[in-house]
Amino acid sequence: MRIGDAKQTYEADEAIWTSPTQKFWFALFLLALLVFPLMANAYLLYLGCLVGIAVISTTGLNILTGFTGLISLGQAGFMGVGGYTVAWFSLNTGLPFPVTLLLAGLLAAAVGILVGLPSLRVKGLYLAIATLAASVFLHFIFAEWESVTGGMGGLSLEPAHLFGVTFQSDFRMYFIIVPLAVLMVFAARNVFRTRIGRAFIAIRDRDISAEILGIDLLRYKLMSFALSSFYAGVAGGLFAYFYRVVTPESFPLSMSIFYLAAVIVGGMGNLLGGILGAAFMTLIPEILKLLTAALTPFYPNAPVFMSPMLEIIFGALIVGFLIFEPHGLAEIWHRIRRFFSLWPFRN
Amino acid sequence: MDWLFFGEISLAGLAMGGLYALIALGFVIIYKATRVINFAIGEIMMFAAYLFLAFAGGLEMSPWVALPLAVLGGSILGGVIEKVMIRPMLGESPISVVMVTIGVASILVGLVELIWGADPQLLPRFLPREPVFIGEMYLAPKIAYGFLIGAALLILYLLYFRFSRGGVALRATASDQAAAYSMGINVRRVFNLAWVFGSLAASLAGVLVAATGGLSPQFGAIGLSVLVVVIVGGLDSILGALIAGVFIGWLETVAGAYLGGEYRMPATFAVLAVILVIRPYGLFGTHEIERV
Amino acid sequence: MVFMAGLDYFVCGSGHWPDVYDNNNNHNLLVCEAKTERSWLCFLVPGVRGGILSILEISNLSLSFGGVKALQDVSFRVPENTITTVIGPNGAGKTSLFNCISGFYKPQQGTIRYQGEVLAGVKPPARAAMGLARTFQNIALFRGMTVLDNIKLGAHVHMKSGLLSSLAYFGAARREEMAVRREVERHIIDFLEIDHIRRQPVASLSYGLQKRVELARALAMRPKVLMLDEPVAGMNREEKEDMARFILDIREEWDVTVLMVEHDMGMVMDISDHIAVLNFGQVITEGLPADVQNNPEVIKAYLGNSDMDSLRKKLNPQREVA
Repeated sequence: MRIGDAKQTYEADEAIWTSPTQKFWFALFLLALLVFPLMANAYLLYLGCLVGIAVISTTGLNILTGFTGLISLGQAGFMGVGGYTVAWFSLNTGLPFPVTLLLAGLLAAAVGILVGLPSLRVKGLYLAIATLAASVFLHFIFAEWESVTGGMGGLSLEPAHLFGVTFQSDFRMYFIIVPLAVLMVFAARNVFRTRIGRAFIAIRDRDISAEILGIDLLRYKLMSFALSSFYAGVAGGLFAYFYRVVTPESFPLSMSIFYLAAVIVGGMGNLLGGILGAAFMTLIPEILKLLTAALTPFYPNAPVFMSPMLEIIFGALIVGFLIFEPHGLAEIWHRIRRFFSLWPFRN
Repeated sequence: MDWLFFGEISLAGLAMGGLYALIALGFVIIYKATRVINFAIGEIMMFAAYLFLAFAGGLEMSPWVALPLAVLGGSILGGVIEKVMIRPMLGESPISVVMVTIGVASILVGLVELIWGADPQLLPRFLPREPVFIGEMYLAPKIAYGFLIGAALLILYLLYFRFSRGGVALRATASDQAAAYSMGINVRRVFNLAWVFGSLAASLAGVLVAATGGLSPQFGAIGLSVLVVVIVGGLDSILGALIAGVFIGWLETVAGAYLGGEYRMPATFAVLAVILVIRPYGLFGTHEIERV
Repeated sequence: MVFMAGLDYFVCGSGHWPDVYDNNNNHNLLVCEAKTERSWLCFLVPGVRGGILSILEISNLSLSFGGVKALQDVSFRVPENTITTVIGPNGAGKTSLFNCISGFYKPQQGTIRYQGEVLAGVKPPARAAMGLARTFQNIALFRGMTVLDNIKLGAHVHMKSGLLSSLAYFGAARREEMAVRREVERHIIDFLEIDHIRRQPVASLSYGLQKRVELARALAMRPKVLMLDEPVAGMNREEKEDMARFILDIREEWDVTVLMVEHDMGMVMDISDHIAVLNFGQVITEGLPADVQNNPEVIKAYLGNSDMDSLRKKLNPQREVA
């Protein structure tokens, strides 16, 4: 039960965690993240890394689509920019991973700004299609600019390294990916405590009024694009280090749709929702795989049906959440929390 | 430069463009009446083409029976999608509605793969096989006859919207939903009708396109080309859909023939990007006045 | 300099800005001017509140959408520190006028001067930063934010923190946010009596409260000119009275000029210092509330035809016979 949490200062009132209970649970969660790789088997570790990457990318797309209201079908393309940047720099320069990841984010942000430039004239779904065009061009560049991207064969890269330590195992990658994911989610949370985040939301809710109230639309739309694609770039860079190979097919259009689906299923314009959505959507194929494996002894054909079933479940989740739970998993989570916040004194 | 080759390629491209125009028309009908951008149009085409495959191939019906049945199936599918998944989204943000159509597309791809498998298939031949010559230029018969059938439906549509009661209701709803409603037009029915008609056009085009190029669960990607067409032409413009359809079909084929298949998409998307920058509402689309 | 003995004030200068000195310093003055070639002739009306300088000056403004003429040759001025109201029937172009001043519409002709500076070419956000704040006719609150965030958004133009410090929420960004919070709490939320709803999402509020939050947001913009588009539309009597009191208090305590569009004649006549009447995109008349009230043109604009008896006869010929 949460009562009597009156605050003495505005600082305390605007803190992210406003009660000791919340701080306690969050500390417990961080501890669990830390202990997880020590207990988990290889498969769970692999999943943990995948979820971490997905959380970063989904948070990025959430900033753009969920908070600023600019729908983007280019997320996979931006991730590709990050992935190729990391691959190229690690192959040609041998820079350590913090530098390559930063470069990946920055280059993706630059591309994001370029893609966002039409956003002042082009609105709504037309903008979505502009981002679609961008992802077509990016895919073309990945496939055709062979001297840099290695063409259809792509690039293979060395494991990430820093101060002589190489991160060749999933176990070690976990300690890059997950802390970075936590950090980047917090950074996003911070943005929405300041005027920049408010400007984003204002643009989403009523762009014209926002402009009259003093928000430079182009500037903030581009900022949102830059921030979002920075996140995508870092996620793409981690993806490259994780799989140690990038090809044009590593970042297909369906990946952009995957991330949009994660944002929607999780809850648009809700950072917690983005995290839940990313985890949920990443784990669904895995659950389906387990199910298929369990069914194969009885139905030898089961593996054939897995990929189409996955398509159907993806589609059904998108449609179902939009129709029945437009605020996504985050809303479900809040309902559960509300239930327990008064428990056991329920009326 | 080999002008004959260029002419033949252009001709094939224009014929393909005619089919794009038909699909784009279906897209525009849906958009005009309901303001929904239908990302699933390629998948509806695909579904109809698979139905044709099932009727003509699996059940060994005459193709001329299978074709109307498949098109009917596609139209019913459109109507069902509208009723079950689009109508509950009435009044939601356009982003959400578009995402629903993307979800529908994903479901359809999965269903098709589940029923007919993931391998590419060929449709039974049903169009005449004698080569067609226009002057000296050769045109593949399936493309030529496909174009003719498509053009016939297209003209039928235009006449229907111009003169029939349903067509007038559709246009009235497109120009002002509230006014149309108050004049006793059943707007819900019009919405449903628009989806049925739009899917009908797409379904016929789907069978015709699949008859020339084969069919696989990736067939729906053609929806991307159609998207380019309708954006270039203007989402709410039938004239734009026709002109842009023919042009994009031509450009895609020519780019594919001269530069290689990998240039088809970038070429048309480059046109799209230019149009978006200089005329954000397409060549013939309406620019809506914004209000505070 | 012209000195006018026996009067309480005198006028001097020529050009756009009349320099007017008030001998007694305690008179409330309204300036009505007639423009001649290059100079101003000023008639000072004692007993009416308002500054001498016009903070906002609209001259020969014309705006059309295609063939529709929303505004035709509109000219009027907003004297500093007054409550100036623009009235007129629906569709007269009042909101279009506001949108021109905000910079959202670009008039084809005419100029808008704000503190002597021509606004043409100044983008809407820059105008907001210059002190032109407004509310909207159809309530333009940001539904995805709480009341507090909506109000804080108003302070956007006066804040500086950039993206990097926001990501870290450390140092400057944090201090700035806290300063804004303090200011908003002390001067706005308290003043408008909305402290009980600060954490609520705006969508859950009643219409009257939403209007009040919009006003709060406009105040957070630290306005010099506060433009209110129908501040009491759709309110009940009590809410209207509250709002009228707030507007008067704001003018007094915040030292701002209020430019208002309103249909509620009771309130307009009660609190306005200066009224401009718009009909079919043109200014019919301009002046004191009392004068405007009795102007036959205005009555005609509102009622269509002032000769009610002949109108009645036209409508009901049979009854006349009976």
